[in-house]
Amino acid sequence: MVKKSSGFLAGAAAVLIKDITSEFRTRYAINALVMFSLVTLTVVSIAIGRSNLNYDLAAAFLWVIIFFSAISGLGQSFIKEEEARTIYALRLYANPLAVFAGKFIFNSLLLLFLELIFVPLFFILLAVECGNILLLFLVILLGSLGLTGATTIIAAIIAKASVKGALFAVLSFPILLPLLVAAIGATEIAFSGGVFADAVRDLKLLVSYPVIMMTASTFLFEFIWNE
Amino acid sequence: MPGILKYILLISMSAVIILVWIMDPPQSTLGDISRIFYFHVPSAWVAVLAFAVGMFNSIGYLRKREMKFDIRAAASAELGLMFCILATVSGAFFAKKAWGTYWNWDPRQTSIFVLMLIYGAYLALRSAIDSEERRAALSAVYSILAFITVPFLIFVVPRIYDSLHPSNTVVNAGGKIQMPPPILTVFLVSLVCFTIIFFWLYGLQSKINIYLRNKKRAV
Repeated sequence: MVKKSSGFLAGAAAVLIKDITSEFRTRYAINALVMFSLVTLTVVSIAIGRSNLNYDLAAAFLWVIIFFSAISGLGQSFIKEEEARTIYALRLYANPLAVFAGKFIFNSLLLLFLELIFVPLFFILLAVECGNILLLFLVILLGSLGLTGATTIIAAIIAKASVKGALFAVLSFPILLPLLVAAIGATEIAFSGGVFADAVRDLKLLVSYPVIMMTASTFLFEFIWNE
Repeated sequence: MPGILKYILLISMSAVIILVWIMDPPQSTLGDISRIFYFHVPSAWVAVLAFAVGMFNSIGYLRKREMKFDIRAAASAELGLMFCILATVSGAFFAKKAWGTYWNWDPRQTSIFVLMLIYGAYLALRSAIDSEERRAALSAVYSILAFITVPFLIFVVPRIYDSLHPSNTVVNAGGKIQMPPPILTVFLVSLVCFTIIFFWLYGLQSKINIYLRNKKRAV
């Protein structure tokens, strides 16, 4: 699928299409993501029974589950290249930034697809009410972009390490903490029916975080890729 | 480190230790426990300083690809973790006496805790990579990445809870120093001593790491 392409966009699109095709064949990452979020959601749902969740607890559960689901599946795109040794071919044919962009878009699509399944189930199983659906939609979209923006480069780092599983969460958490705090805060405001003006502080961070992480990643990715 | 500096350090550090116990405690209502201030604040300062030193070495490695930068970055992370633990533990005891609990996610406690997680993650990453060059490059990238998130932390953390830390002990909002001169003098001397100790240990630790690396290569 990967053709030698001079254009950055063409290269990124080729990497993205290749990843989507191979994901459709194995469905490994999406299975891991969906099953992980389902299992954790079930545990939480059974544990709380019929009692109602506070808005702050519900918001925290939502993001904790999204965070760990993301960790369980998003590393796969780079680990697979390393294990199948396809990484050498990719290195020959594609520009590093195009690979990064392709993987980033692939991971974002994967996470957004997971949330399409998981978030409605979250509302059904935990009986949480959402006062401001538009705000929640925006927060989840921005939060997911931030999550993938930071974890894509960390996935590239851990793909080169000898121990992979636990390291991904360990490396991601300190870097993602500001994003998670802001996302949980804004989600709580959305659940309790607050307006956009209430969440401006969090939204500022949710917008600037992915931008800065992406900028830093474009500078740093080449060092990892050529290693 | 030049020999004369070691003597100056010996004298000034001894003077600080003695003066801390002779002088009145810096905070009269808290009493003796507040003497910890002279050691707690410099430890926290060194923990942050080590983080910056590590980041500069990481940038140096990625630019020049010389192993000495990686060895120094590792040394500063190892020392940073140690001072981070010292600051956190001494702070927790101070917090128990002053605020009634060991831990309450005060902004500065949260920041130092995240710093500790970053050091831990950095050292865990280093131990998970066998190849030397690869370890140097990847951990350098991670260290820079972690440094970039620090401004966000400063932005987001203070509003989790209001700070219980005194904001006007060392420098108040107007930027003026608010401490009686004798206390301030001892505190500043202690701060300088801790900084010198850090750089001394940092040099020694780098030497040890180089020695261990050469020994490993010889075998």
